[in-house]
Amino acid sequence: MKSTDIHTLSILVANKPGVLVRVALVFARRGYNIDSLVVSPVHNPKFSRMTITAKGDPTILEQIIKQVNKLIDVIHASEHDTSNAVDRELSLLKVKVTPSYRTIILKHAKEQHAKVVDETDRLMILAHTGSTEELNALETLMTRYGLIEVVRTGKLLMLKGKETT
Amino acid sequence: MSKKTPKSNATMTGAEALIKGLEAHGVQYIFGLPGGAAIPLFDALYGSKIKTILVRHEQGATHMADGYARATGKVGVALVTSGPGATNAVTGIMTAMMDSIPIVVLCGQTISPMLGKDAFQEADISGITMPVVKHSYLVKEINSIPRIIKEAFHIASTGRPGPVLIDLPKDMTAGAFTGSLDAEMDLPGYSFPGKGNKTDIVKLAKMFKQSKKPLLLIGHGAVIAGADNIIKALAEKMRCPVTMTLLGKGGFPESHPLSLGMLGMHGTAYANKALTSCDLICSIGCRWDDRINGNNDEFCIGAKKIHIDIDPAEINKIVKPDLSIIGDAKMIAEELLKHVSPLNTADWLKELEFYKQEFPLHYSDAEGLTAQRVIDDLYHVTKGKAVVTTDVGQHQMWAAQFYKTDRGVNWISSGGAGTMGFGFPSAIGAQFGRPGELVVAIVGDGGFQMTLCELATAAVNKQPVKVVVIDNKYLGMVRQWQELFFDNRLSGVDLKGNPDFVKLAEAYGIKGFHISKVDECKSVLEQAMKHPGPALIHAEVIKEGNVFPMVPAGKSAYHMIIEAPKTKMEKPTGST
Ligand SMILES: Cc1ncc(C[n+]2csc(CCOP(=O)(O)OP(=O)(O)O)c2C)c(N)n1
Ligand SMILES: [Mg+2]
Repeated sequence: MKSTDIHTLSILVANKPGVLVRVALVFARRGYNIDSLVVSPVHNPKFSRMTITAKGDPTILEQIIKQVNKLIDVIHASEHDTSNAVDRELSLLKVKVTPSYRTIILKHAKEQHAKVVDETDRLMILAHTGSTEELNALETLMTRYGLIEVVRTGKLLMLKGKETT
Repeated sequence: MSKKTPKSNATMTGAEALIKGLEAHGVQYIFGLPGGAAIPLFDALYGSKIKTILVRHEQGATHMADGYARATGKVGVALVTSGPGATNAVTGIMTAMMDSIPIVVLCGQTISPMLGKDAFQEADISGITMPVVKHSYLVKEINSIPRIIKEAFHIASTGRPGPVLIDLPKDMTAGAFTGSLDAEMDLPGYSFPGKGNKTDIVKLAKMFKQSKKPLLLIGHGAVIAGADNIIKALAEKMRCPVTMTLLGKGGFPESHPLSLGMLGMHGTAYANKALTSCDLICSIGCRWDDRINGNNDEFCIGAKKIHIDIDPAEINKIVKPDLSIIGDAKMIAEELLKHVSPLNTADWLKELEFYKQEFPLHYSDAEGLTAQRVIDDLYHVTKGKAVVTTDVGQHQMWAAQFYKTDRGVNWISSGGAGTMGFGFPSAIGAQFGRPGELVVAIVGDGGFQMTLCELATAAVNKQPVKVVVIDNKYLGMVRQWQELFFDNRLSGVDLKGNPDFVKLAEAYGIKGFHISKVDECKSVLEQAMKHPGPALIHAEVIKEGNVFPMVPAGKSAYHMIIEAPKTKMEKPTGST
């Protein structure tokens, strides 16, 4: 594996103040750059879920996971990939809509299962859910027509089958 | 303290609930210094059976709590005020973290409505200390105090121990407590390993059996786990030589024939030779740090490496072991003892004996009084039985070499952090924890001056600690590096302006002794050690002694220098 490989970590934490800082410090200290980070409630209000994607050396990542696991407020942390988990991301894309491009933009959106969620002042906002790769693909397509801005949630991940994440 | 003045208001404050929690944990002493934000806590201590030890600087409070913890195995407690009081404690917290010491540090804080508003003496101490604590709390609910205290002591003292900080806004300590004093802990994310995998332990016993040149490497983890006796039994049963890290000293009796003493940067030549020629090295509770393993590529080439540690994050961090066992050092050693058998190590022990004869630790009296002579004499005068603390520098390494330690809890030194100023206050803490025993701090003239204000604390509390100031009139360890690696361009190391240490002690009402000659050394030490109260021994030693053997930073044990080199040496590549 290369040091540029992207890794996805799922971390279940106690819902306490400061836990995000503690986790982030473990990454920062070891020179790991966090690419995306999602923190959200789980169905038990005592806990929260963090899903983190980060780039870097896998041996350092092993250390990071162990150090994160050691944090008192962390219930467990582990790395996953698509072989045992599904992942999804949501992006909002603001695209310039000239009359000549409108049809083709809508066609691409439909093909990629993206929805039009707003259209104001010749600007359209598309909401797109999918894998990171799918999101990247639509984003690249839209740059042809005038992509104004993109906001993405970052990756969410859930283990397949009986096991809980 | 005198009797408690009854309060008009019958309700308990948060601070009182907190002190009750500390009492329930058997806390005997709190080392601290008050300020506005901590007054409710000090008020609650008024009349408590916990004795408040007023320090002269908060760094001292943390080191005393640390020394108390190391000497007793119990949790040490420090109490400081907000802002500068709390930041003064940071060095001690980091020192405890690096060496896995269970201390609980209570910090006063501005009232919660003012948090984040730059209130007077507000410092985000939980933020500042986050990387150097095992865990920390910012108290937001008065009624959570009993739970937090319980959790703090549990976290500090179990698994791999470490410091826990509790940040206490003044409204939390001054406000009314209405909850229950015996709260349950709520730590779903906290657990620690115990016994270790039995299959792996059996496998380890087999690996020992196949080894011709085994070596046990004992670290602080073994001392913390109280594995001393089991390790002795293990080494004796297998006839396996033992070496120790700086903080592993005493984890196996150093006076034992199987002991090779300390290894590493300034370890014994024979321990480092053993490292380069063993065929199996089994670490119990050591983290293979850069003082013993400057160069991982050349570390114990060809030897099977076994790593026993309670902290899973230590495995594969530095060394990739052939076998690792996660768990409590004592439990694992106990199980291992059941499976090992005597090994045929006669040739190996003969080889090591040859190294011991050929390259012993030595020094000469030819040029005058040396630190080694002072420490060697101290060892004999105290029959190796004293609780010894050290500061950081050359004297620390000489103390490690010449003050042989037979019990882990009798050796207290700042290893991971290398904190100058640690030696003296930690000795005071140790003396509180071990009343009636002889506690000696061996400190340098530099480091002692960082925390010498605690002479007042020792004097006022009549703690009979003995401070041996090894005065070489230099920041000696740095001077040694400059001499060896930087063409003797001495820069920022001359301690011109040192006080008259004997007079200094006397100014605090402490008995001072002075040694400057070889032939008076032993007798003065004898007198000083017999002195019933605290005493300072000012030992003026030769200025330019160097510590050898030495493995340059960043190098492996193969590059050990046993004697002073004749030619200039390359600048070391290792960190410090
Ligand atoms: C707080 C702190 N500052 C600086 C250092 C770097 N340092 C390590 S050893 C040393 C010299 C210590 O001098 P002294 O206390 O006189 O002991 P000696 O080496 O002379 O025995 C210094 C400055 C340190 N370890 N800790
Ligand atoms: Mg000195």
